[in-house]
Amino acid sequence: MDLSAINPVLLIASLMVAATPLLLAAVGELVVEKSGVLNLGVEGMMITGAIAGFATAVESGSPLLGFVVAAIAGAALSTLFAILTQFAQANQVASGLSLTLFGLGLSALMGQSYVGIKPPQMQDIHIPVLSDLPVVGPILFGHDIILYFGIALTAAIWAVLKYSRVGLILRAVGENHDAAHALGYKVVRIRILAILFGGACAGMGGAYISLIRVPQWTEGMTAGIGWIALALVVFASWKPWRVLLGAYLFGGVTVVQLNLQAAGVAIPVEYLAMSPYLITIVVLVILSADKSSAPAALGRNFHASR
Amino acid sequence: MIRLEKRPQPSRAWSMATPLVAVLATMIAGGLLFAILGKDPVEAIRTIFWEPLFGEFAFYYRPQLLIKGGPLVLIAIGLSLGFRAGIWNIGAEGQYIMGALFGAGMGLAFYPHEAWYIFPLMVLAGAFGGWLWAMIPALLKVRFGTNEILVSLMLVYVAEQFLASMSLGLLKNPEGFGFPGSRNLQQYESAHNADLIAGSGMHWGVVAALIAVIFAYVLLNRHMLGYQIRLTGEAPRAARFAGVKPARLILFCLGASGMLAGLAGMFEVSGPSGQVSIDFNVGYGFTAIIVAFLGRLHPVGIMLAGGLMALTYIGGDIAQSNMGLPSAAIQVFQGMLLFFLLAFDLLTNFRLRLGKPEVA
Repeated sequence: MDLSAINPVLLIASLMVAATPLLLAAVGELVVEKSGVLNLGVEGMMITGAIAGFATAVESGSPLLGFVVAAIAGAALSTLFAILTQFAQANQVASGLSLTLFGLGLSALMGQSYVGIKPPQMQDIHIPVLSDLPVVGPILFGHDIILYFGIALTAAIWAVLKYSRVGLILRAVGENHDAAHALGYKVVRIRILAILFGGACAGMGGAYISLIRVPQWTEGMTAGIGWIALALVVFASWKPWRVLLGAYLFGGVTVVQLNLQAAGVAIPVEYLAMSPYLITIVVLVILSADKSSAPAALGRNFHASR
Repeated sequence: MIRLEKRPQPSRAWSMATPLVAVLATMIAGGLLFAILGKDPVEAIRTIFWEPLFGEFAFYYRPQLLIKGGPLVLIAIGLSLGFRAGIWNIGAEGQYIMGALFGAGMGLAFYPHEAWYIFPLMVLAGAFGGWLWAMIPALLKVRFGTNEILVSLMLVYVAEQFLASMSLGLLKNPEGFGFPGSRNLQQYESAHNADLIAGSGMHWGVVAALIAVIFAYVLLNRHMLGYQIRLTGEAPRAARFAGVKPARLILFCLGASGMLAGLAGMFEVSGPSGQVSIDFNVGYGFTAIIVAFLGRLHPVGIMLAGGLMALTYIGGDIAQSNMGLPSAAIQVFQGMLLFFLLAFDLLTNFRLRLGKPEVA
């Protein structure tokens, strides 16, 4: 075992990369849940985004286009969820599960001819002087553009939810859909838009895994990250900045356990690989005592009967 | 303009009809999918639904129907109890793995000793393993209010890693030339879950599934606990006023579904699958969710739905070898089924009305 082989600067830099898919999917889901909808299909939307983005990037040679298509694919899959829950009044838990099962199958089908291919590489940004600084440079100024986009998106969602009228309406719909309906807001329309937004974010998060973090396509490669993203929203008590914090924490756990595997620690690989899931459970237990910040209408369907 | 009007009572007729309508819709949408993949859609649908039952080699495929359907029904029956009460155990796959590991572990501990009591002990161990794994989300939910959906699902990934560790370590076949995987239980007579009538596919797991169907039916229709489960699902507030203890219900529903999933895993590993290996689990725990819903959470419905789902597995295999239909296409097909089912369920609870909405 050789722990000195672990470079702390590289560790933090790769932690940020590992956290980004989680962050993207979780802030998207946060918006969905703020509107009072529980979409358990994050895993399915992520994996669909992962293959859609991967295929597009390989065919077109442009990773950026891959991310755009991944967002569209994620949103397209979430449309199915929107139809089921907003028009057909189906149970949200069951609909979300069906989305995940369907997405896993669909992605496996789409990805058959892409196994073992290397995608075109996304260039890391390079700012003269800043990116060349020791320590700070590789950690803060040496990543790909999507990573910064994720952080900017978190900030934007925070600002919109806290300060804008749109955010207020979204929260009103999520807290009490009957009152929002009585005030004349289009509950169903707002929720559909939120669902589509969440789908697009999850799709991009998935593409980040297949295009940047891994980068290659394997069946079922999201390996529960979509579910951890769901847990993360609970962990963050529906607050965007705490989602960022949580994502970095889980990214850290993942990266540290991978580094420990590589360094050959005496703990068997399988037990290290369990750790992100076990830590998710522990964190959920610690934080589930406080449910006061959950949107009051979360998971309840709305039907304007009068 | 189409308008939805809530029915005062859910329609019984539609509740029975929706699974059939959903299957038909899935056949059509699935046919389209197969056509896009460049396969003859009619031939593909015929291969999946007809070939295993009445085709040339049906004598070989019909027993498979029991082998695939048994674990699906066994798991889905357990899940349906919780789903009815709004308790969502979606980690059956993990409980299935743990049941298999406990069951196989118990059997292998006796190797090479032969005795009549080994198999019953394995059954107990398998049930215990699944139960234990389901008790984790159950106790956390009862004690801390932790979301059982997320915890049970996280435990699937933990169980998969544990399975890998076991098949590479403790349970590895010492005479296996270093290959991962345990001894083959099919070659260890006392631990082998053989067909009761040779070649019929009828092993102890299928018997257990049938017993579970009967038990669940009696429980839900003739027993106080079953009544409480149904009441909690349909009117949680009323249930609380009626003195239903939510904690007891959570422990029972998760425990029972974990136990049944564990049993399914144990019967599979000691019978059709034969050995513990890294990827011996094939996603029955997740497909069983579709089976539970397709069967309308009703024991008899689940039995029929399990048969249908087994059919798509077998038919999918045939279509794969005969027509080159990718196995993932069958997964998509099964996913679609749940979609259509949930969508058409609208008709059970709502009426469609044509015309302009009136001003209230």
